[in-house]
Amino acid sequence: MKRADSVITWYGELTTRQQLLKRGALLLTPGMFWLMLFLVLPGLVLVVVSVVTRGAYGQLEWTFTLENYKRLAGYTLFGWTPDYLMILWRSVVVAFFTTLVSVILSYPLCFFIAGRPERSRYMWLTLVIIPFWTNMVIRAYAWFLILSPELPFARLAAMFGFIPDGAPLYPNAFAVYLGMVSMFLPFVTLPLYASVERLDWALVEAAQDLYASRFRTFTQAILPQTMPGLSVGVILTFVPAMGMFVVPDLLGGAKYMLVGNLIQQQFGTSRDWPFGAAISMGLMVLTMIGLQIYRRKGKEIEVI
Amino acid sequence: MNQNLNPTTDLGLTVKHIYKQFGDVIALDDVTLNVAPGEFFTLLGPSGCGKTTLLRIIAGLELADSGQVFIGGEDITRLPAIKRQVNTVFQSYALFPHLTIYENIAFGLRSRKFPDAEIKKRVNRRLEMLDLSAMAQRHPHQLSGGQKQRVALARALVNEPDVLLLDEPMSALDARLRAQVQEDLRRLQRKLGRTFILVTHDQSEALVCSDRLAVMRQGRVVQCGTPEEVYDNPTDSFVAKFLGAANLIPCTKAPGGVQTAFGFLALDKEPAWQAGTVAIRPEWVGIGDKEPERNGIRARVTEIVYRGTNFDLWLEPGPLRVRTSSYRRIDPGREVWLELAPKELVILEDEAR
Repeated sequence: MKRADSVITWYGELTTRQQLLKRGALLLTPGMFWLMLFLVLPGLVLVVVSVVTRGAYGQLEWTFTLENYKRLAGYTLFGWTPDYLMILWRSVVVAFFTTLVSVILSYPLCFFIAGRPERSRYMWLTLVIIPFWTNMVIRAYAWFLILSPELPFARLAAMFGFIPDGAPLYPNAFAVYLGMVSMFLPFVTLPLYASVERLDWALVEAAQDLYASRFRTFTQAILPQTMPGLSVGVILTFVPAMGMFVVPDLLGGAKYMLVGNLIQQQFGTSRDWPFGAAISMGLMVLTMIGLQIYRRKGKEIEVI
Repeated sequence: MNQNLNPTTDLGLTVKHIYKQFGDVIALDDVTLNVAPGEFFTLLGPSGCGKTTLLRIIAGLELADSGQVFIGGEDITRLPAIKRQVNTVFQSYALFPHLTIYENIAFGLRSRKFPDAEIKKRVNRRLEMLDLSAMAQRHPHQLSGGQKQRVALARALVNEPDVLLLDEPMSALDARLRAQVQEDLRRLQRKLGRTFILVTHDQSEALVCSDRLAVMRQGRVVQCGTPEEVYDNPTDSFVAKFLGAANLIPCTKAPGGVQTAFGFLALDKEPAWQAGTVAIRPEWVGIGDKEPERNGIRARVTEIVYRGTNFDLWLEPGPLRVRTSSYRRIDPGREVWLELAPKELVILEDEAR
């Protein structure tokens, strides 16, 4: 057993174990304080609020109940309905496909940018980032213009009979996906690009040398190498996409409600905080499950 | 389609008039080589001489601007890498980091959808042959450089290629291990009887391993032959200096020999040029206390370098480098007689510069 006050070297610095611990604690404190104040405490408040009762005027009444969770699971006064579960499930599906489409679009985009001469790469990356500089709501409204009945997109859709003549291409699921993917594409592209730029092409050549098909070359030589960037992108997209409410609200309409809208509604117009908190808990659990599945699946191909 | 090909080399590898340019740089300039089946052939040259580019063209990882590549008489110039019966040991080994050693070696067989039983049989044979059986379930990052190199070798050989390409496979190994691996590689190639093409800038590697070698410089093959031929009779001063050490002596033609700064040197054969260079290897210079009958030079030792098995001496006038064949130590400042025997002097073909 080493003595606690014995001198050790720490990356070239002479110090003691005790001093290091003290310094570590000091450096950790602000961050921990921040997390406690703005993550752990609100989280606990959410848990508490989700198990109390809503008063007649929307105030909180401090009696314990699991009624909010029962309601989320679909049990109402008039029997069981899958409405809320459907909204949760739809949110998972939308988040999943938003992420998937963003990934599918990002790969060619990243390889394209990485293949540009060094000077123009930054221009291309800037083009990817520029939408970030615009407010999300404004970007969602921009789609109104693009999908308006006067422009060829809506006309084309009307020609094929997808929408009535003279109608805009919103609100519908298609518009939600358009908005979501355009919103989240940079979240996948940027981290993925960092991985693609560092790609060791010798592995691609080795795969080709060893008779691998295009698909096999991608899954064995490219995917494992880009996994770190891809993981960051997937998490950065999937998690906020699960709770997104601006885009579905504007582009999806009432019929395409997602869980984000539902929560917003409970805390806003419905003034039912306990039920809103219960839905938030449900969303959190679903997000965790989604990430866990991804982690499991990802591990099979992840670089050790 | 290639009636003018030699039927014996038809079964090996032939590259004809290969030309390749990257931007303004000419990487390969009209390179033609024949490699016999089962031959261990080395492309030797300094970095940037085009040897790796040539290897990549043979592998199908690079396309020549013009010229042709034949294996077994078949024109493969336009075949992609995945259709060529050629496998490569990459300089960085390029092992798949997420796969076990077993799966790395099985990669090519899996690509070609071999049945599992067959894959197991073949992979295990290679694992045993290269002494890797204990590591089959490990991942590349758990292996040492020498082990990784053997995995890369096994991964290529398991596909039983017509031609195995090795791109500086030993550059990442330390000197001791490298010497051993060179001999192992030589033995392995003899045992398998397959055509190996090795790219290296290490002259001792080329001498140890090759049946024949080609010395390359600035995209051209300067000299091609067995190691002995090239070492004993370099055609120009570049080859003489690149392959081993050499004393290059500028001189002008004189009756029966050449005139140099040390005086007249007799040669067995008169050179074709008026002014040029003759070369002699340090270990071929005779050294003694008595004046030799012919081509003697009185010289003073200025520096000695201990080499373990011998001493290297630097002498004036010159400077001349002489490698003693024994442990006899000759201290700096001593005067000795050097003998540059006519049969050891090589007439180089390049003009004096």
